[in-house]
Amino acid sequence: MPRVSLPKKNTDTDMTPFVDIGFLILSFFIMATKFKTPEPVPITTPNSVNADKLPDDNAVLISIDKDNKVYFSVIPKSDATKADAVANDVSTVRELNLDDKDKQNFRNSPMVGMPFNKLKGFLAVSPDKQKDIVQDGIPVLDSATNELVYWIGAAQRVFAGEKLVVMIKGDNDSHYPTFKAVIDALKRNEIFKYNLVTMPEEAPGTSEIAVYRREIEKLQGKK
Amino acid sequence: MASLDSGDGGGHKKGPGVKKAKKHNTRVDMTPMVDLAFLLITFFIFTASMNTPTTLDLNMPKDTDNKDQKTKTKESGSLTVLLGKGDQVYYYEGQLDQETASEKFKQTTHKGIRDVIIKKKREVEANYVQDVECEQKKAADNKPIADCRQKDFFVIIKPNDEASYKNVVDILDEMTINRVERYALVKIADTENEMVKVTEAANGIK
Repeated sequence: MPRVSLPKKNTDTDMTPFVDIGFLILSFFIMATKFKTPEPVPITTPNSVNADKLPDDNAVLISIDKDNKVYFSVIPKSDATKADAVANDVSTVRELNLDDKDKQNFRNSPMVGMPFNKLKGFLAVSPDKQKDIVQDGIPVLDSATNELVYWIGAAQRVFAGEKLVVMIKGDNDSHYPTFKAVIDALKRNEIFKYNLVTMPEEAPGTSEIAVYRREIEKLQGKK
Repeated sequence: MASLDSGDGGGHKKGPGVKKAKKHNTRVDMTPMVDLAFLLITFFIFTASMNTPTTLDLNMPKDTDNKDQKTKTKESGSLTVLLGKGDQVYYYEGQLDQETASEKFKQTTHKGIRDVIIKKKREVEANYVQDVECEQKKAADNKPIADCRQKDFFVIIKPNDEASYKNVVDILDEMTINRVERYALVKIADTENEMVKVTEAANGIK
């Protein structure tokens, strides 16, 4: 019996375009990814419709975690030794006797949230091991022992003559009194302008700000 | 499957002097490479943090006892928003006094407060008496003159000790959303806090 010979089809698909696109996407993601900086304490910030980018030069970051603990960090973009200077200033003002190694550890540690009496012990630990230590938070709630005042004062003296940005990064679940205490500490140092760190959110389409932004866009488009 | 064809296997003329080269298979199996590429893609997709944080600017006034430097508000144009626990929002218009307190003092949520703000803003704008000075200033600053209509509108935000930070940021954001030009974060008065507590107890909010 004669066999029905099926025409032999080549099942070998050309995958080249597919692979091309694959690598294109891969390179895009590699370039676009900005790795999250490791945070010793996770903080989920609230959302806001503001679209202004966060300034990250010459800034002090005051973080409030979900347990209402306050942390302080210095973010000097251009001159990393500024952080050492802040530690140095705090050390002299509060007579903490921090040595050079402690100050260097302060520069490299992502967040410091210890009361002054425990600060030296904390900074003696190397920065990569600091994250294993549960910090107590900087005492702020009692205005008489508000230690944040000294930290901010130190930063102000170090960044004197330059623009200093104050960022406040609070957790969704932190309570208002802590935030208020932080504001009070800043006010006592004559700082009245703050940047609250938030995540972007779309403004409702019918809201006034959305209408206003569209108008602005139209005006700029005409020019 | 995925493979690279280097174009061997055709076109060579065989002549008497041409030695037949040994045919190598030049096809490279690309499957492992593609596998790895897609693995990397998925990795980067998951770790990518596309959202860069934004900033909400907050300006606080300097504490002063000098009466002249204090911000004055018209009673008719003021709206006080109180923040309590459990994401609850309370508000009243104008001033709160003993007799009318229970009538004026109202409760809403973070969703509902937007309509309250818009309504009050419309009301203030409707009562606008032309202010030439303000309009000239706006024109000089290249800002919409229409913003002068809300110059008497003032929102006072008073979070109590049980309000969360998110509530405060949400309400500040609401000011941006509704383009409220004048607002302030103020310490809550004891009587107001008391009223919030009473309402919370009545509504069973924990």
